[in-house]
Amino acid sequence: MNRAGALLLGLWSALAYGLLYAPVVVTVLFSFNAPRGRFNLVWQGFTLENWRHPFQDGALTAAFLTSLGLAVAAALLAVLLGGLMALALSRARVRGGRWIELLLALPLTNPEIVLATALLTLFVGLDLPRGPLTLLLSHSLFCLSYAALTLKARLAGFDPTLELAAQDLGAPPLEAFRRVTLPLLAPGLLAAMLLSFSLSFDDYVVSSFTAGETLTLPLYLAGAFQREISPQIQVLSTLVLLVSALVLVLASPPRRSPR
Amino acid sequence: MALRDTKRQINRPIRHWWTFRGQAIAEQWLDLLPRVLTEPATLNGCVVADPPGAAEVIGLRQVSRRFDGMAGVEALSLSIAAGEFFSLLGPSGCGKTTTLRLIAGFERPQSGSVLLQGHDLTDAPPHRRPVNLVFQNYALFPHLSVWDNVAFGPRSQRLAEAEIRQRVGQTLEVVRLSELARRRPHQLSGGQQQRVALARALVNAPAALLLDEPLAALDPDLRRTMRSELKRIQREVGITFLLVTHDREEALSLSDRLAVLHQGRLEQVGSPRQLYDRPRSAVVATFLGAANLLPEGNGGGMRLLRPERLRLSATPPEAGERGLRARVRELAFQGATVEVRLCSDNDLSLIAIDTTAGLPDHLRVGQELWCRWDPADSHLLETPSP
Repeated sequence: MNRAGALLLGLWSALAYGLLYAPVVVTVLFSFNAPRGRFNLVWQGFTLENWRHPFQDGALTAAFLTSLGLAVAAALLAVLLGGLMALALSRARVRGGRWIELLLALPLTNPEIVLATALLTLFVGLDLPRGPLTLLLSHSLFCLSYAALTLKARLAGFDPTLELAAQDLGAPPLEAFRRVTLPLLAPGLLAAMLLSFSLSFDDYVVSSFTAGETLTLPLYLAGAFQREISPQIQVLSTLVLLVSALVLVLASPPRRSPR
Repeated sequence: MALRDTKRQINRPIRHWWTFRGQAIAEQWLDLLPRVLTEPATLNGCVVADPPGAAEVIGLRQVSRRFDGMAGVEALSLSIAAGEFFSLLGPSGCGKTTTLRLIAGFERPQSGSVLLQGHDLTDAPPHRRPVNLVFQNYALFPHLSVWDNVAFGPRSQRLAEAEIRQRVGQTLEVVRLSELARRRPHQLSGGQQQRVALARALVNAPAALLLDEPLAALDPDLRRTMRSELKRIQREVGITFLLVTHDREEALSLSDRLAVLHQGRLEQVGSPRQLYDRPRSAVVATFLGAANLLPEGNGGGMRLLRPERLRLSATPPEAGERGLRARVRELAFQGATVEVRLCSDNDLSLIAIDTTAGLPDHLRVGQELWCRWDPADSHLLETPSP
């Protein structure tokens, strides 16, 4: 490739990445803004005040913590159930296993609004009051397929004779699972956990149908934009961004040195 | 004639035993001899091919395991003694791996029983059996170092940390891997991984070590090296080795005794020499090496003549010798030996193997000559070929 071509390609890439990260940059930038009035939308001047009191906005902090707890609980539940499904599908010869797998992948293509209305109908029909419980049930439900499929992919590369070897060396089945299968499955478990966490953390559609009076972060923010946008929103967003970037760096496998 | 053959066949291994295992065992054998001649030796009503001299470590009694459309074993009985290097030899699908899995506890027989050190452990799970298996693909734990792989068994036994350290260190020395203890399996060569697999099993001091085609994944040169390594290690630790293989050279060179399996059934058990020289059936004869099978009589009987027992010469057989007139079809020079394929006047395919030095000069394809042999070097098979 000639130099002009390389330059053009570089510019094009820069533009693409610029667009990709522009909103992120704006968010980070405005977390340092000192707004006048209730809407942190116009750049006024630099301040560290917002970062000094990240949890000053009480309602925002409450919604943030609700979402955090919900996402962790939903991720744990989804990974537990999805992991068991993945184990069953990859180990035992389940009758009609292929159909079960298809049923597992189907929710991925299902529009979220369909799931949301179905869940609402179900909860109303069961006379289940909408709140934290229904939120947890519905969030772990839509995370389940992702978790199960992620773990199934991880299990596909798992040599089942390793577990037999552990038993042969004197470890009872459960101990063999704990000492061999679980550590080898750990990267898959972490990936499924992170995926489920972020799916639940930023979910709006399903939450809006099943939350009742409970406010998750996305629900709170959607409402807040009509009343007030505090700079703490940007501060918390930046924090979340930092945490997820950190997790991504930690979770990416280290480059193996060639033998 | 047939009876004399049978008697000699039984007499030979006894002399062999005698020089090997001492007077007492020989006498015990001589006591048994009349019964051996008239009926097969029995143990718990099951036919056992060779009663072992020392205490039985592995005993299979009429074990059957069938699969739909898969290789199984059928009424298999075996008795393997302490300290023996025993091989199960057979083509793929003959049931030898199933046999190993039955002993290790990964399969349960539909009938029959599995005895380990005299205890009936037919239904015991793998972790309660005093045997360890070296898997064909080694099945090393990729997330653990060499040291931790080897320490896996002792830790399962909840041994004291000091004893674990001592045992693992010692075992790594036996397999000569002490320097690589901190490596992960993927940082090792195939031969080194093989040693880790051996060490990981040996460290538990099992009653018997089960080896599933342990050398199959190695390239030929390494396989030869590891073969003598295996023998050395077995001599050093003195543990019973049960090797499953389809490689006859491996089985013949390593084993004290070996068994040939065919379609899930035991064809014959004996010393390598016994099985090579005096096979009972055509299956055993051909599986253990190149074989000339000459028809004997009209009942479908067969006489085995190993290619290296055949002498090629321009002159007809002398008194007491047998011979066939044949034409050379093919000559294959193999360095130390030459393989000669011939076709006799009565249309039999013959194969002769001789040292390069022992062959008549100027041997050419198309040449007519005499194949001669001493009748004592041939052997009448018991079971006619189907």
